[in-house]
Amino acid sequence: MSKSLFARNPSVLIFLACLALFTLGVTALSEALGTGLISTSFVKTLGKTLCLCLIAIAMDLVWGYTGILSLGHFAFFGLGGYMIGMWLMYERTRDIIVTSMANNDIPPTPQEVTDAIGNQIFGVVGSSDFPVIWAFSHSLTLQLVLVVAVPGLLALVFGWLAFRSRVTGVYLSILTQAMTLALALFLFQNDSGLRGNNGLSGLQNLPGLDAVPQATVSLWFLWASALALGLGYLFAAWVVSGKFGSVLRGIRDDEARVRFLGYSVETYKLFIFTVTAIIAGIAGALYYPQAGIINPAEIAPIASIYLAVWVAIGGRGRLYGAVIGAAFVSLVSTWFTGGQVPSIPLGFYTIDWVDWWLVLLGLSFVLVTLFAPRGIGGLFDYWTNGRPPNRHGQDLGPGAGALQEKEADA
Amino acid sequence: MRVLLAALAAILFLSPTLQAQPTTVQEVLQAHGDAIAKGSRKSIGPAIDAIAASGLPQAQTVLETWQAKDMWQRKSDGLFFSAKEVAKKTYRLTDFDTGQTVGEFDKGDLRQLKPNSGVRALIGVALVQFQLSDPDPARRLDALTAIQRDPEPSHLAPLRASIDGETDPAIKIRKQQLETLLTIRFDSDDASRIAAIETISKDISLDTRATLNTLLATTRKAAPGAVPETENIAAVLKPGTEQLSAGDAYTLLADNGLAPALITDGEQRNILSANISGGKVSGVPVASLNTQAARDRAYAALVAEGKAVPRPTAEDITAALANHSFYDAYFEPSKPVTDAAAKALKSVEIRVAFNQTLDLALDGISLASIFFLAAIGLAITFGVMGVINMAHGEFIMMGAYTGYVVQQFIPNYTVSILVALPLAFAVTFAAGVAMERLVIRHLYNRPLETLLATFGISIALQQIAKNIFGTQARPLTAPEWLDGAWVLNDVVSISFIRIAIFALALIFLGVFLFIMRRTRLGLETRAVTQNPRMAASMGINPDRVNMLTFGLGSGIAGIAGVAIGLFAKVTSELGSDYIVQSFMTVVVGGVGNIWGTLAGAAMIGFLQKGIEWMNPSNTLAAQTYMIIFIIIFIQFRPRGIIALKGRAAGD
Amino acid sequence: MSTLLEVSGVSVTFDGFRAINNLSFQIGKAEMRAIIGPNGAGKTTFMDIVTGKTRPDEGRVIWGDKSVSLLKMSEAQIARAGVGRKFQRPTVFEDQSVFDNLLLALKKDRNPFSVLFYKRGPSDTEKVHTLAEQIGLTDHLPRKSGELSHGQKQWLEIGMLLAQEPQLLLVDEPAAGMTPEEREHTTSILVEAAKTRAVVVVEHDMEFVRRLNCKVTVLHEGSVLAEGSLDHVTSNQEVIDVYLGR
Repeated sequence: MSKSLFARNPSVLIFLACLALFTLGVTALSEALGTGLISTSFVKTLGKTLCLCLIAIAMDLVWGYTGILSLGHFAFFGLGGYMIGMWLMYERTRDIIVTSMANNDIPPTPQEVTDAIGNQIFGVVGSSDFPVIWAFSHSLTLQLVLVVAVPGLLALVFGWLAFRSRVTGVYLSILTQAMTLALALFLFQNDSGLRGNNGLSGLQNLPGLDAVPQATVSLWFLWASALALGLGYLFAAWVVSGKFGSVLRGIRDDEARVRFLGYSVETYKLFIFTVTAIIAGIAGALYYPQAGIINPAEIAPIASIYLAVWVAIGGRGRLYGAVIGAAFVSLVSTWFTGGQVPSIPLGFYTIDWVDWWLVLLGLSFVLVTLFAPRGIGGLFDYWTNGRPPNRHGQDLGPGAGALQEKEADA
Repeated sequence: MRVLLAALAAILFLSPTLQAQPTTVQEVLQAHGDAIAKGSRKSIGPAIDAIAASGLPQAQTVLETWQAKDMWQRKSDGLFFSAKEVAKKTYRLTDFDTGQTVGEFDKGDLRQLKPNSGVRALIGVALVQFQLSDPDPARRLDALTAIQRDPEPSHLAPLRASIDGETDPAIKIRKQQLETLLTIRFDSDDASRIAAIETISKDISLDTRATLNTLLATTRKAAPGAVPETENIAAVLKPGTEQLSAGDAYTLLADNGLAPALITDGEQRNILSANISGGKVSGVPVASLNTQAARDRAYAALVAEGKAVPRPTAEDITAALANHSFYDAYFEPSKPVTDAAAKALKSVEIRVAFNQTLDLALDGISLASIFFLAAIGLAITFGVMGVINMAHGEFIMMGAYTGYVVQQFIPNYTVSILVALPLAFAVTFAAGVAMERLVIRHLYNRPLETLLATFGISIALQQIAKNIFGTQARPLTAPEWLDGAWVLNDVVSISFIRIAIFALALIFLGVFLFIMRRTRLGLETRAVTQNPRMAASMGINPDRVNMLTFGLGSGIAGIAGVAIGLFAKVTSELGSDYIVQSFMTVVVGGVGNIWGTLAGAAMIGFLQKGIEWMNPSNTLAAQTYMIIFIIIFIQFRPRGIIALKGRAAGD
Repeated sequence: MSTLLEVSGVSVTFDGFRAINNLSFQIGKAEMRAIIGPNGAGKTTFMDIVTGKTRPDEGRVIWGDKSVSLLKMSEAQIARAGVGRKFQRPTVFEDQSVFDNLLLALKKDRNPFSVLFYKRGPSDTEKVHTLAEQIGLTDHLPRKSGELSHGQKQWLEIGMLLAQEPQLLLVDEPAAGMTPEEREHTTSILVEAAKTRAVVVVEHDMEFVRRLNCKVTVLHEGSVLAEGSLDHVTSNQEVIDVYLGR
């Protein structure tokens, strides 16, 4: 019965193939290297969507597989974005400052350059000194380490506190939401050191690569995002397919049983919480250079709830479900809010989708939760002829995050 | 009166022109006729004093007329009259002493006295003594307020003089208070000043504190050698300490010309830049000036050439600092007075701190009531039924909008609020029941799915509200009798709306306890909560009970919405502003217990106010710290302040 | 016979209600013991205390040759120390196959990293098959355990406990809701298990207890009322009073 990862999960290969085809397709149709059928801004949208799919996988690991409804993963996503944003902003500002100071009659001292950069970056919040947290912003390597370390450490500390006091279910959800809110409020302050509600901007410009057109940069990021998504998917599939996955699903459906089998449930939860936070951080670090700007509003609690919505609509507990959900909802959302959907005149009132899209999303979410807990991913079960066991309305376990009868695989 | 007489006597004695007691004000005016006609601020003093001190009943009228630029001099004989324009270029003159009309004169025969603003101010000061004794109490109060706003040493004597004759007790108290404050600031006798200071050391009003603070105002000074003994020293400072950094100390020296000024790096750069010649500064190539060390070398070369002044070195600075003393000196020269004032201020500050604590506690109570109101509905649905309702905040918002809509139809604010409260309850009750029937019923025992489904409803409701009412804030106006505040003293006050919300919170607590303990619904709810199957087998319809309980919780949210709308702006995001705090309240308090909710609301309310007080500039930081505190609090009491124990906790 | 578990002077109170009152109990290394008692006698709470789910207000719980206290350990640590527990209702991982359920329970390093990099060798597969044979579920190994019948789930859970290789097995009402044939099978599994380890069975059904043919402890109001053979305790007047409510 010892089969390879791919043999046990044929969906992994199918997914990777689809992802590769998609990336090649977009490249072939892009402005930079192809026919130009897809505009650069849409390439960026697609690249961002891939990042959202990656964080959706993280969410699926933590919620769909382990049963922890975290409403805080977008905070980790945002932190990853901030960490890479610091380097991008520092280096780019430095380039500009050095160029402009080259015209001075006396060449600038290093101190003068630093002061000028500080003034340029923090002028908007009425300061010119570099806060301590920017100490590493001059080094890409160190900031890349922080992309992983900062979300990971926050998740580790928060998770350790939360799990060791056995906060579970809804309580944990509310607590993670509170953490996200606290972080967002902290970042909103001007003296947080990250430019308050101005956030970090100009992130789409790669330092030292001004000559490279955005069309090409957008493709690079699309490739990087696709690569990260592919690796993330592989990693997640590997984690959930073995005995570790068994433990996670056990925790989701019946935490007490796992504990009485001798597994330290808290350690496992902490492990998966931290690992997914790191994945979220990486996804964020790839997302925000494509978005160009990051500000604290991005990590408001509502963003994390949307993340749960994507995973639920895609179908939790299956990795491709999370990807489909994130891609589908975020793209449809872009389409609707972009004003491209024709309004519906009702005679007495015209339904303008820019205004009514959120209503539609909210209600469709209620409907999915009520009537199609397997989400869009569940459609694949008709194809594979999988059918859930009839359990007379019983859930698969007593845990708050346990699968419902209708969610279970055959 | 004694003082006034003394002043009078002094003036009589000092004025050589006034040999005898004048009988008419015209005599007085004529005695100072030249000065009055000249109208110079420097020389007018004796004239005004003479008029004011003449003791004649017309003096006030004369001064007022003069100040209003209505006093004219007749060119023919130099007499002064009150004039009124009766026709173009024709003025009717009235004699000050008799009050009789003298006749009508052409403008060419008259000369208008136009006192400048300085003179008018002096007249004003002189007038104060008359206003302070004016028969009209309102004018006396105006005079007091004017003095209070801008006190001057000259006010002291007339104020003192007017106290004995004061008939209105309230005004008398105010006069005495003001007299004390003026004595402290302006009296020439230290002993009476100190005595006055001691009398106010229990008073926390803003005026008292302002007076004491003015008295204790200091200026930072530096002097060569030891601290000069002529100064009234508040504190001696050492450079390089927290009170006075070494840099600031040196700047102080430089500003006072006690040491050569510092040359900043920027100034150095400008000097270097001004001395560039042929790509070099004093022989140092410009291109190499990209380090501070290189610049220092080039600058030193400039100094050697005599083109720049040397920068003070670190040793220079240290020596300069060592050779000077730094101190804060009081503007007030008298040490006993400043000592007494400092002591009094300390005692006042203790009282102020106590009152501030009281004020903070009132603020905390009012915030706690708001959280309690917002959370009580949630406590019912979450605590009693175990249902997470993320749309709870939107029910609060619906209540607030209901209040707004009612006000569009009923213009009387009192009536409209009375209509809005039950209507908001009805609207949100219906919405709650509908939601329970359509969605939540199918998701019992699935808390996480409930959370997400109700979140879907929440964003839909929020967007619908935005589509209907727009994004701008809508006013929900409180009735007039709720405007204003209950002011205890200058420190402690609380607005009536907040008192009303506190009362409302108490009423809700009572209603909730009544429903749960005294009604059939409460009994059935408790039965269904504890054991739904047993309850069902005893003929209780759990569906109906759940529906009604959920409706009740939602309805209360609606009423809370009206209350919150009265002081917060009504927008579609009103609910989401409160939802996290509401959840925190319930979680911190302990689920399933109304007293827990109360305790949670109290804790969060007081905590938030307390943190805001410590860091008053930043409510965002206060909220951040509060949430962090709650996360840590949950570590120690995972089930809240008032926790159910044992099997009932559903372990 | 040396003592494996010694509980002495343990009391626990829930909101003023004394669920366990100065309870003392001990069991040897290869012994079968049945605990009986009316509802509310504290049988389940006793198990909760031994497995670390409930902390007693006072008393000692001493375990094994090294005489370590179980009171300071977490549930998972106690389970790793060798105490296996079966709940009243069958709790197996219904979303996973019988094979995975047993594999999860096999005595192995429980550290997350060694679990993450775990590769199943032939010996583990062999062990799982042996266990499946023992509990009579060999034919059902690839099935989702959620599809099993009630009795099969109970066996699977007992099988998972055996896979843990515990020194002490706590079994809560294993025969509830079983057909007579299934009870027969359950009895034989437990009797077999008790040959190499201590087994404590909490049971209501006297007929089932009689089949186990072991020493019986009667709990009442949180403390031990009588102890001895089934015949001995059933002839005890106090026990009769408590059971028949006179």
